[in-house]
Amino acid sequence: MTVITGLGIIAPNGLGTERYWDATLSGRSGIGELDRFDTTGYPSRLAGLVRDFDAAQYLPGRLLPQTDICTRLALTAAGWAIEDAGLDTAAVRDYDMSVVTANASGGFEFTHREFRKLWTRGPEHVSVYESFAWFYAVNTGQISIRHGMRGPSCALVTEQAGGLDALGQARRTIRAGTRVVVGGGADSAFDPWGALSQTAGGRVSADPDPATAYRPFDTRAAGYLPGEGSAILVLEATESARARGARAYGELAGYAATFDPAPGSDRPPGLGRAASLALADAGITPAEVDVVFADAAGLPELDRSEALALRELFGAGGVPVTAPKSLTGRVFSGGGTLDVVCALMSIRDGVIPPTFGTRSVPAEYGLDLVLGTARQTRVDTALVLARGRWGFNAAVVIRSVEKGS
Amino acid sequence: MSRTMTIDELRDLLVECAGGDDAAAPAGDISNVPFEDLGYDSLALIETATRLKLERGVVVPDEVIAQARTAGELLAEINERIAA
Amino acid sequence: MNRRVVITGMGVRAPRARGRDAFWELLSAGRTATRRISFFDPSPYRSQVAAEVDFDAAAEGLRPAEIRRMDRATQFAVVCARDAVADSGLDLATVDPHRMGVSLGSAVAAATSLEREYLVLSDSGRRWVMSPDQLSPHMFDYMIPSVMPAEIAWTVGAEGPVAMVSDGCTSGLDSVGHAVALIREGSADVMLAGASDTPITPIVVACFDAIKATTTYNDDPAHASRPFDATRNGFVLAEGAAVFLLEELDAARRRGARIYAEVGGFANRCNAYHMTGLKADGREMAEAIRAALDEARLDATAVDYVNAHGSGTKQNDRHETAAFRRSLGDHAYQTPVSSIKSMVGHSLGAIGSVEIAASLLAIEHQTVPPTANLEVADPECDLDYVPKQAREHRIDTVVTVGSGFGGFQSAMVLTRPRGQGERP
Repeated sequence: MTVITGLGIIAPNGLGTERYWDATLSGRSGIGELDRFDTTGYPSRLAGLVRDFDAAQYLPGRLLPQTDICTRLALTAAGWAIEDAGLDTAAVRDYDMSVVTANASGGFEFTHREFRKLWTRGPEHVSVYESFAWFYAVNTGQISIRHGMRGPSCALVTEQAGGLDALGQARRTIRAGTRVVVGGGADSAFDPWGALSQTAGGRVSADPDPATAYRPFDTRAAGYLPGEGSAILVLEATESARARGARAYGELAGYAATFDPAPGSDRPPGLGRAASLALADAGITPAEVDVVFADAAGLPELDRSEALALRELFGAGGVPVTAPKSLTGRVFSGGGTLDVVCALMSIRDGVIPPTFGTRSVPAEYGLDLVLGTARQTRVDTALVLARGRWGFNAAVVIRSVEKGS
Repeated sequence: MSRTMTIDELRDLLVECAGGDDAAAPAGDISNVPFEDLGYDSLALIETATRLKLERGVVVPDEVIAQARTAGELLAEINERIAA
Repeated sequence: MNRRVVITGMGVRAPRARGRDAFWELLSAGRTATRRISFFDPSPYRSQVAAEVDFDAAAEGLRPAEIRRMDRATQFAVVCARDAVADSGLDLATVDPHRMGVSLGSAVAAATSLEREYLVLSDSGRRWVMSPDQLSPHMFDYMIPSVMPAEIAWTVGAEGPVAMVSDGCTSGLDSVGHAVALIREGSADVMLAGASDTPITPIVVACFDAIKATTTYNDDPAHASRPFDATRNGFVLAEGAAVFLLEELDAARRRGARIYAEVGGFANRCNAYHMTGLKADGREMAEAIRAALDEARLDATAVDYVNAHGSGTKQNDRHETAAFRRSLGDHAYQTPVSSIKSMVGHSLGAIGSVEIAASLLAIEHQTVPPTANLEVADPECDLDYVPKQAREHRIDTVVTVGSGFGGFQSAMVLTRPRGQGERP
């Protein structure tokens, strides 16, 4: 059995678990105008931006010249998660600690600068750090080095599903015998090249109003907003957590990943199947689920598809559904993990955060979407869903320790 | 002949290339402190050597860079080449 | 679940080697595929040698729309996946799509397309803030490389678990290890797994120039990659891909499939030491080798051949030699060790899979591919590196290893199934 014993969060609407959770319940949004460069002519200028994060305050100076923003977010959040878990890494054998991170766009801003140096000044000007600050495995490697973790480790890329896939892989690693895994996701790409490239996907909202631009499941939903951030957790074998007297926020009780049929196929999409498989993996029925944290794509076709999958599984209005990510934007690899943190906090505090921004939900969706204000209710079991562009689906079941297997 | 480099200038260049503006930042006379103790690895020194070449035209060969254990040793190599 | 996983199909695109048979011909002849870079003018670069693939996407059967949308590395991967399916003889119509998955590795993924689009968007680097009207609709696919396994999934109709495993230069071993884990645990019955990288593009050449990791034997490209040789001075950048079809042993036997090998064990470790540096003692790679052998329930003396990482940097060759001594003990001195990077260069994340392909073919042909260009070994590298000429050798068990930036160290044990001396 795998429990979660530490949380490290850097979200557009809050640094640290408590500030993020408070923002999530009270509706403090991290969506704002992209002001890091002149965005004139850019099709979308809104994003979920981390604004009050000064990496120099949290990381050794030696690490700054060699890291992109996404790695600074990952390293800092990993440090916070380990601290939160009360884990003394020196007291655990190095091979019993692993790192599994998801990442979607690598060290994009860093590499943009190096591309520019290469093409404006010449090859000799390219930094010695480019060879690893860019690549998708950088966060796993840097966290491993900083905390002396030498167990089986990896980096996954599955677009927005990555954060949940990393947690699934972390649990797989624990089942194979590793005691502790630092796992989650981090992403950021809001330099001029990265910000523009995000819009090439064709799904980013062009609505200029931060309050309405990303309103999943709304009748007028018109796209999503991208975000940046990092959510890194400490996952641990139950016996390990128990032996050191650690507090467990909850259990990672189920996980599954599926993939949609090829475009143009008349076969059904795979999100509902991922959810069913994750519930079966956790050994529970849909009736036992107290809340669903939805993928919440923010595009009518995808919202409808998710709503129908939920209706099929739970019946119309059969379970409260929410999407706190309308306050952060879709944080790529960090997004699924942020939702898992919400699930754990919902369990702790007996409250479901609402979906801000969304007002009217088509009746045909058959959704009990939590709107307006947080809903007070006991939460023991949460289902968290995430989809990645091109067809990735991941589902995770989080349970309270009392209900755990 | 160009002006020789001071240990302070070398320290500033190291910090610029490889960081160090924190509690563990090198202060005072770092001439005899091993690079390892200052937290500068081989990449830090390669980056520094590249900058020396691009900005000051001083070429310190790879083997020499690899063998310098302290800032003092590296500085001597640099200044020997500036003087030459 | 106690399921055993075997490889029954492969597809390979390696430098000067289109397909499995051409690949083995190159390796067994000890020919090198390294040459002066032809994709762009390499003269401003420190290292001007690479192992390029002469790849004709249209001749490979890719449609114009596919060629337009897919990055070069994705094209390689899709072509190899098709080959792997055909080679396995598995009729995909008999496979439940929900039980089929994809695990693809890549270190720098769409680097080629990223650089091309960068130059368009930035007016050849002149603009920091870019021109939105120049934006390609495919730029998002190049920025986020999970489109690569997605394209394979669409090609074969997989709807089970699909992921990209991007562990730098161990991606190609780790992606296959990941696929094995998924079949063993019951998440899938059939996996397409492998890796692809096409990094011969100015930015990647420049970033290895910067750390002086690549060779400077620019005047002698054919002999530039010299793993374990006393005169080696860095690796030769390459491109390539290999994708395998993996399935459960009993299912493969039931359908009478030709089995290349069983993946008996896989393990990876991190050195937690340095993003690019290696400690000379080889401790973590040795641990990965031991763990992979444990999983395969074999001891060191069972190893008949070690397919080395053998990149041809001084630091790697010594680190790795130490790791073999440490994990295999005296048996390391009785075991042939070779590096095919001497012939096909180092294709970053892809090479782990390309080396699995070489290992499978070594088992099939009962022949160890040589380490080309090895004249006089580094005195600190004192094992049997099979210099220059392939060697017939009984091979039931291969250990193939990888080492990469980020500190990743991986090892895989491949074994010839019992009673399968000959291919049908």
